[in-house]
Amino acid sequence: MQHSISMSAGRSRWYAMLVGLCLAIFAQTAGAVLTIEITKGLAHGLPIAIVPFSWSGPGSPAQDVSAVIKADLVRSGRFDALPTRDFLSMPHADKQVVFKDWRLIKAEALVIGAVRALPSGQYQVQFRLYDVFKQKQLAGFLYVVTGAQLRTVAHQISDIIYQKLTGVPGAFNTRIAYITRTGGVHHPVFRLQVADSDGYDPRTILRSSQPLMSPAWSPDGTRLAYVSFEHGHSVVYIQNVDTGARWKVADFRGINSAPAWSPGGRRLALSLSMSGHPEIYVMTLSDGALRRLTDDSAINTEPDWSPHGRYIVFTSDRSGSPQIFRMNADGGDVKRLTFEGSYNAAPSYSPDGKLLTLITEQQGQFHAAILHLRDSALQVLTDTSLDESPTFAPNGQMILYATIVHGRGVLATVSVDGSVRQMLKTNEGDVREPAWSPFNHQLQAN
Amino acid sequence: MKNKLIFSLLTLFAISLAGCGGQQAVKPSASGTGQSAGAGQGAESAGAGQAGGAQGSALGSQQQAPAVVLHTIHFAFNSSHIDSKNRAIVEANAAYMNANPQVTVTLQGNTDERGTREYNLALGERRAQSVKRMMRVLGVASDRMKTVSFGAEKPVALGHNRAAWRLNRRVDFVYSD
Repeated sequence: MQHSISMSAGRSRWYAMLVGLCLAIFAQTAGAVLTIEITKGLAHGLPIAIVPFSWSGPGSPAQDVSAVIKADLVRSGRFDALPTRDFLSMPHADKQVVFKDWRLIKAEALVIGAVRALPSGQYQVQFRLYDVFKQKQLAGFLYVVTGAQLRTVAHQISDIIYQKLTGVPGAFNTRIAYITRTGGVHHPVFRLQVADSDGYDPRTILRSSQPLMSPAWSPDGTRLAYVSFEHGHSVVYIQNVDTGARWKVADFRGINSAPAWSPGGRRLALSLSMSGHPEIYVMTLSDGALRRLTDDSAINTEPDWSPHGRYIVFTSDRSGSPQIFRMNADGGDVKRLTFEGSYNAAPSYSPDGKLLTLITEQQGQFHAAILHLRDSALQVLTDTSLDESPTFAPNGQMILYATIVHGRGVLATVSVDGSVRQMLKTNEGDVREPAWSPFNHQLQAN
Repeated sequence: MKNKLIFSLLTLFAISLAGCGGQQAVKPSASGTGQSAGAGQGAESAGAGQAGGAQGSALGSQQQAPAVVLHTIHFAFNSSHIDSKNRAIVEANAAYMNANPQVTVTLQGNTDERGTREYNLALGERRAQSVKRMMRVLGVASDRMKTVSFGAEKPVALGHNRAAWRLNRRVDFVYSD
């Protein structure tokens, strides 16, 4: 049976008022929990021994720091954490380390550490990373943090280990934003959520009975721009992630969509259809001034800035089918970038500006892919068929995207070379439109 | 706003009646031919759907009622072209508006889930505008028509299959006076 939407225009105005009342901004932990499943890892990761950190203090610590580190490194797919039961010794301090014990079990790297409760109520966390074969310490830091910062410090230690052993910064101490949809056709609930990069501590920052779309992090990681239908049509908002304060930035006639922050965070590229068809505009956030960058009768949407702000890439069907184009940030010198296939869309730059991730259609299937800008080679990364919203991790190593698995919307990550894959699922409903935050501020080591 | 007209939801088979031209009562049908796997059951809210059916019938008895008029037309993937079958539906809606000059319409453009959400938002608008253009050619004044796009965000069918996609690639005619 076929239904049309039975909301009249008059009703939708009334409805929008109701929605306005129902909209709530949350700061507390709420909603669906994300769980991570590694679906494909490297056959041979780097063997690493992570000795459970010692604990001195009453009871047990608020967070098991070494367990968080181990989960981070294993999840990256680049490490094999050796089983604790094989360890021949359990060092917690530098002078207790016997390198032969670790060579015997074929560990190439060793992590030790200790967590101590301080009289102030804070915690002292120290760790050391060793190269077993060179018998040399690679890193060692001591932090004094609150209980609430224990997971953050664990992710930060994971980042240091990852960088020392792979040469690339880790992206464990970051956050992800995404949209969840629960409920059926009749009473859907949309949530904009923010969680740690491991899915921990999901917080709902906006809940609505009308669709939410396209979250985009400000370069300083404090704000999200997004599209909300709470007024019955698309409107672009910016919201402070921590305070919940939000303001409307684009509510023109037609579509208001596809927000993308300039690298400096002072301007927002948008797709607006006030002229009659969707065109790319750049808004200066301080005064709301708009500059139109495209001018043709086609669809122009999904802008993204190159890392230094020189270019804007976008999707346009001006040549008949959706393809990726690049222009200077002032709208000049437009160049088509994709020629393979009949549907290429949603381009997003890698942090080094050398790659784009995008969605490409092949034989009716929509895959997350990488376009190498140097030689225009297009590389499909997935075997799922309804991929969308691909985005790079801030260290450029992984791509986070949304797809459908067993009829449910899930998030997935794939390494840039396709070798490591993970899936992030919620306990109920669909999750989609992920956006990976920039690097977080670091906690100071003492 | 008090006199809002919420039209009933009609089944696909009603299209065959559209050509008959008789004064048909506008009634929602519980059993339709479009019950394919994954076909979505419903619109914004179940309550609105039911009430819409009742009010639609009442309207039919009070005013110059249209022949059975479908309030949804469908499209091919990534297309805003209105084929001859769907053109007949647009014509019936234009005839209804021309016969009821106080009525206004919101044309709500929608897409299936395939492809990217932002591109689909733009495609939904293009579909709604394509219907608006045809309605204008058929004599309906522009200021009686509004367009809005929901892209892929408001599917009537939640499945991830061809049957659901076909139902979701649509423009809905939502009337008020």
